Amino acid sequence: MAELKRRVRRILGSILVYAVLTVPLIPIFLMYTWLFVQAFSDRVIFGIIPQGLTLRNWAFLNNPIVFGGITHTSIWVILRNTLIFTFGVTGLITVVSSLSGYALSRVQFKGRTEFMQFILALHAFPAVILLIAVFYILNKMGLYGKGLLAFLGIIIVKAGMEIPMSAWILKGFFDVIPWDLEWAALIDGCTRLGTWRRVILPMIMPGIAAISIFSFIAGWGEFILVYTYMATEEYFTLSVFIHRMIGEIMYVRWGTIAALGVFYLLPIIFFFIFTQKALLRIYIGGIKR
Amino acid sequence: MIKALRKAVLLIVLLGPLSALIAFTWIAPAVLTTFLSFFDVGLGLQLRPVGLENFYRILYRDIWVPQILQTTVIYVLGVLAINSGFGLVLGILTAYFVKRESVSLFFRTAWLLPRMTPGVLYVVLWMWFVDTRYGLLNAILSMLGLPTPYSWLLSKPHSQIIMIAINGYVGASYGMIIYSAAVKSIPTDFFNAAKVDGASDLQIVRYVILPLLKWPILFVTAWQTLSLLASYEYILMVWGDTARQANVEVWALYTYDRAFWLYDYGYAAALSVFLVAAGLIMIVLYMKIFGFRRLMEPSRVEV
Repeated sequence: MAELKRRVRRILGSILVYAVLTVPLIPIFLMYTWLFVQAFSDRVIFGIIPQGLTLRNWAFLNNPIVFGGITHTSIWVILRNTLIFTFGVTGLITVVSSLSGYALSRVQFKGRTEFMQFILALHAFPAVILLIAVFYILNKMGLYGKGLLAFLGIIIVKAGMEIPMSAWILKGFFDVIPWDLEWAALIDGCTRLGTWRRVILPMIMPGIAAISIFSFIAGWGEFILVYTYMATEEYFTLSVFIHRMIGEIMYVRWGTIAALGVFYLLPIIFFFIFTQKALLRIYIGGIKR
Repeated sequence: MIKALRKAVLLIVLLGPLSALIAFTWIAPAVLTTFLSFFDVGLGLQLRPVGLENFYRILYRDIWVPQILQTTVIYVLGVLAINSGFGLVLGILTAYFVKRESVSLFFRTAWLLPRMTPGVLYVVLWMWFVDTRYGLLNAILSMLGLPTPYSWLLSKPHSQIIMIAINGYVGASYGMIIYSAAVKSIPTDFFNAAKVDGASDLQIVRYVILPLLKWPILFVTAWQTLSLLASYEYILMVWGDTARQANVEVWALYTYDRAFWLYDYGYAAALSVFLVAAGLIMIVLYMKIFGFRRLMEPSRVEV
């Protein structure tokens, strides 16, 4: 009898455990189902049942979206902007953090501890509240709203916001490489920089890959900087373009919005499937809100 | 001499780019924000010194400040409860109660989904979900015979519930990850010993896990308070400049609102000085409480 009671309790317990883990996630799963179903149909009932399967929602791939007499910028121009922005941010972050991560991990210098403390403090400090001053600086430098040139400014700012964390994460990767390798190279007559490039860098490729993926996702998803500092639609990135479309056409053309959303999501899905391990490590390692 | 010179060159090459980026995006703006807060900044960015006028206005004359403060408190406490509290539940469940590693990994990945979805898309999903006519939420509610609000976005309390939910789903995974790593690092001997002594799972959670998680809980709560205080991106994406009418405008968004929608840059700078100051005070406080070493730990926990 007592045995039965214990067993019932255990089963009830594990039902409760899985309910807490699963039930709150149901809305999120339904939202995603809706997105993919809606992208290929006219209407969706209850979030999962498609009505009128169609490819019409994807017409924006061939022709620019026209709404209310306004012809919007072609999606391919927007995609080009997004790629320039994302690769710019990724490249800058990767190069700078692999240089500084090495220094933080390996080079002794005066004030090293204080510098590391400072980097760590920045890591906690949300950069978005400095937006006004950054706007002022970009403006005074003549970089505000000037097309591709403005991009340059925004790329640098975005990279700067992400850099404390990326440098910190890469420092962690440098930390686990044994000193012996470096000594061997130095004794054989390699310079510090040569050692960094020929011996150490090849060994932290997993770390560099992780940082690149992470910065790619951060750049691809970036919204507020482009939204705030880019005035003309011609230079919008996908995130800001979609946000504008939400404001204009969403309530009449859910299908187009959903198709745009799927289009926007493609690289993220790719990374999620093929680089899940690296991604999880990075999200778990240096997570930031 | 040459050796010192070489080291200097090495440091400049390695740390120069980082320092330049930090100076450009962090130090210069922080200093400039403080500087601008003592000015009235015109549309053409011309400066007119006004002394402490901006601060005086915030403290005594701005009729919106009480409402903004109230919303900020609701936002921070509400989302914090999810990030730190529910995150703790998720962390303990995935790391202790779910025994199979693959199942546990599945749930942790699933809970990371909102965080990994690009912000704008995440917002599209929510806007559909809560849409009055087309969305799923009201359809489900009316099917269950429950009352449905005219709009989930236009006024409180509904708008504030959605504000907390949208941010909570993103934030819950933060606590979950830190806590589950902490639970995983507890030696299994502890659990076995407790079981031999006849402790139930709930008792193990209460008397073994929770006391050992004291530091992580404090850490997550402290860290999240700071980042929530200054975050507003999702609110901005959903509500835009209607946030104030909908009672979801937090202090950080009010700052943005004043600067980029009302072009009152000097006043906005003064508003953000409060955030910068709060941030600095909290960081110094955290460094004192946790110590440098403890703060370094979260960047090293593994899956």
